Amino acid sequence: MAQIFHRSTNFIARFSVFSFIFIMGFAVLAVLQAARSPYMTRQNITREQPVQFSHKHHVGDDGIDCRYCHTSVEISAVAGIPPTKTCMNCHSVLFSNAGYLDPVRESYRTDTSIEWVKVHRLADFVYFNHSIHVNKGVGCTTCHGPIDQMPLVFQASTLLMQWCVDCHRNPAPNLRSMDKVFAMDWKPGADQEELGEKFMKERKIRTAAELTSCSTCHR
Amino acid sequence: MSAGQPPIDSSEIRRLTPVLGPGYTFGSVTDKISSIVLTRPTSFGWYMGFLIAFGLTGLMTVAIGWLFTKGTGIWGINIPIGWGFAIVNFVWWIGIGHAGTLISAILFLLNQKWRTSINRFAEAMTLFAVACAGIFPLIHTGRPWMAFYMFPYPSTMGLWPQFRSPLIWDVFAVSTYGTVSLIFWFVGLIPDLATLRDHAVKRPAQIIYGMLSMGWRGSARHWHRYQSAYLLLAGLATPLVLSVHTVVSFDFAIAIVPGWHTTIFPPYFVAGAIYSGFAMVLTIAIPLRKAYGLEDFITMRHLDNMAKVMLATGLIVAYGYFFEMFLSLYSGNKFDVFLVEQRLHGPYAPFYYALILCNILMPQMLWSYRLRHNVAFLFFMSIVVNVGMWLERFVIVVISLTRDFVPSAWGRYWPTFWDWATFIGTIGMFVTLLFLFVRVLPAISIAEMRELVAETSEDKK
Repeated sequence: MAQIFHRSTNFIARFSVFSFIFIMGFAVLAVLQAARSPYMTRQNITREQPVQFSHKHHVGDDGIDCRYCHTSVEISAVAGIPPTKTCMNCHSVLFSNAGYLDPVRESYRTDTSIEWVKVHRLADFVYFNHSIHVNKGVGCTTCHGPIDQMPLVFQASTLLMQWCVDCHRNPAPNLRSMDKVFAMDWKPGADQEELGEKFMKERKIRTAAELTSCSTCHR
Repeated sequence: MSAGQPPIDSSEIRRLTPVLGPGYTFGSVTDKISSIVLTRPTSFGWYMGFLIAFGLTGLMTVAIGWLFTKGTGIWGINIPIGWGFAIVNFVWWIGIGHAGTLISAILFLLNQKWRTSINRFAEAMTLFAVACAGIFPLIHTGRPWMAFYMFPYPSTMGLWPQFRSPLIWDVFAVSTYGTVSLIFWFVGLIPDLATLRDHAVKRPAQIIYGMLSMGWRGSARHWHRYQSAYLLLAGLATPLVLSVHTVVSFDFAIAIVPGWHTTIFPPYFVAGAIYSGFAMVLTIAIPLRKAYGLEDFITMRHLDNMAKVMLATGLIVAYGYFFEMFLSLYSGNKFDVFLVEQRLHGPYAPFYYALILCNILMPQMLWSYRLRHNVAFLFFMSIVVNVGMWLERFVIVVISLTRDFVPSAWGRYWPTFWDWATFIGTIGMFVTLLFLFVRVLPAISIAEMRELVAETSEDKK
C-alpha cells in the first residue's frame, strides 16, 4: 500500500507543533502590548480643537495660573472648562482682530459654547475627583505632564487603571508642598522621601489598602 | 447460569461472566469495533437521534443568545437567589464528568481489567460533560465577554484575580481537569486512530485519521513510550479526580451561608460526583451496547461492577447526608437547625424527599444480584440516580439561598422557561457530541481489547 503522506510531513508536523507554542505566545504578547500602546490608550496623541488654543503660550509664556481658567479644580470633581467669557476677559482687547480667534468671538456673540474636544477621558465607572488630589498635594503636572510646553494638549499619561493604582499604592513620591501644587517646574528633591512621609502624616492620607479598595474609585 | 441461583463464590462469577465474550481474535476485535466507524452504514436511528439532540442544542443556542441579549433577568434568579439553575447544572455536569477519569486513571493504576471496554466512551463522556459544565460559569454572569477577568494575566488594571476566592480555584481546577482529560483521552486514542487510518478505504478518512494518529507505526519503541506516557498521565489524572469536585464544593463550603458552611462537603461531593458519573456511564453504555451489538465487549460483568460502584458511592453519599443533618442539629447553631427544618418542612421539602428517594432509598435495590443483572432495571436506576444527583444540587443551592440569616433576606426561586431551555439544551449538546463521537471514533479501545484477547486466552491455558 502506498504511503498516505510524503516524508516531508514528518518535518511539517514537528515544525507546526513547535511553532504553535511560539505563535500563541507571540499572539498573547502582542495583545498585551497593544492594550498598553498609544493606539489603545491615546497617550501622547494631540487632538484637534475647534480653536488653536495653546497651553504653551498661555501657561508657559504668559504664566497664567491653572485656576484662572480651571476654576473648580480645588472644590469639585471636575476642574472645569472655562466659559468663552473667560477668554474674552483678555481677548476683547488682545488679538481682537486675529482670524484664528473667530470661533471664540462667534461663540461670545451667539452665546453658544465652544465644543472643546475632551482629551482626558476616563471611563464612566471611575469616580475621579480633582479636588481631593489637589488638596492632598498631588500637582497638576504629575498626571497632566508638562502642560506649559504643549501647544496642543495631549494625554501625557496612559490613564490605565494600572497607572492609577501604582500611585494609590504608594502616593508619597508624588506629594508636594501645598504652594507647589500648581507649579509647572516641580521636581522631587533629594529629601522627597522624607517629605513624602511627612505629608502623608500631616494630610492624613489613607493607607494603601484603603486607597486601593474597589469602592474608593468605583462606587 | 441459571437465573435466581447466584453463584456465591466470586471467582466463579468472574468465570461465568467474563470481561470479553468468547471466541475473539485480534482481527475480529479490530473489525468489530472499527466497522462501526468505517464500514457499517449510518443507521436511520442514528440520524433520528442526532437530529433530536441537535435540535435541542439549537434550543440551547437560542436560550444563550437570548440571555446575552437581555441579561440574566430572563432567568428565575433574583436577589437573594443569585445562583439558580446555572450553578445547579454546573455542579451536576462537572460531577458527571468524574467517572471517565476515575475509570481510565484510577482503575488503570489498580489494574482492573474490566475498565478496558468502557474507558474510552467514559472518557469521551467526561470531556463532553466538562464542556457542558464549562458553559454555565461562563454564562451565569450574563456577561461572558468579561470571563477573562478570572485568569491571572498581567492586566492593564494592575490587579490580579482574588486568589483567596474559591471561584478562582474553580477556574483552575476545572480547566486543568478538562485539559488533562483531553490529553489523556487523545493519547489513549492514538493507536486506535492508526488502526482506523490503516483500515480506512477512502482518502479523506485516511488523511484525517493519519494526521490524528501522529505517525504511529506500532513499533516496539512507540509502544514503550506510549505506555510510559499513558501511565504518567494516569498518575497525573488520579489526584484530579479528587481535587476537582473538592474545589467545586469549596464554592459552597468556604461561604458562611447556612447549609453550605460544612467540612463534610468535599468528601461527599467527590463521592456524589463518582456516583452520578457511573450512573451516566451506565445510561450511555446500555443503549450503546444494544445499538451496536457490543454485548460481548460490554458484558454483564461490566454493568454489574458499575452498579456496585454506584451502590458503594451511594452509601457514602447517604452517610454524607446523614452527618450533614446530624452535625447541623448537634451544633445547636440556630441557623443550621433552621435550615434542616426548612429542608424537611419548607417550601422545597418535596425536592428533598425526592432526593432521598432517588439517591438513598431506591439504589438499595442494587444489593440484589438479580436486579443488577437486569439491564432494563439498571438503565432505569441510572436515570433515577442522575435525577437524584441533580436534585441534590438544587436542594443545596436553592434552599440555603432562599433561607438566609434574616427573614427580610428570604426569597423564593422558581426556574423560568429559559432556565429549562438552557439546561435541556446542554443535555442536547451532550448527546449530540456523543452521537458524533460514536460515529467517527472507536467507542471502545481497540488496542486495549486486543491486549485483553491475549490475556484472556492465556487465562484459558
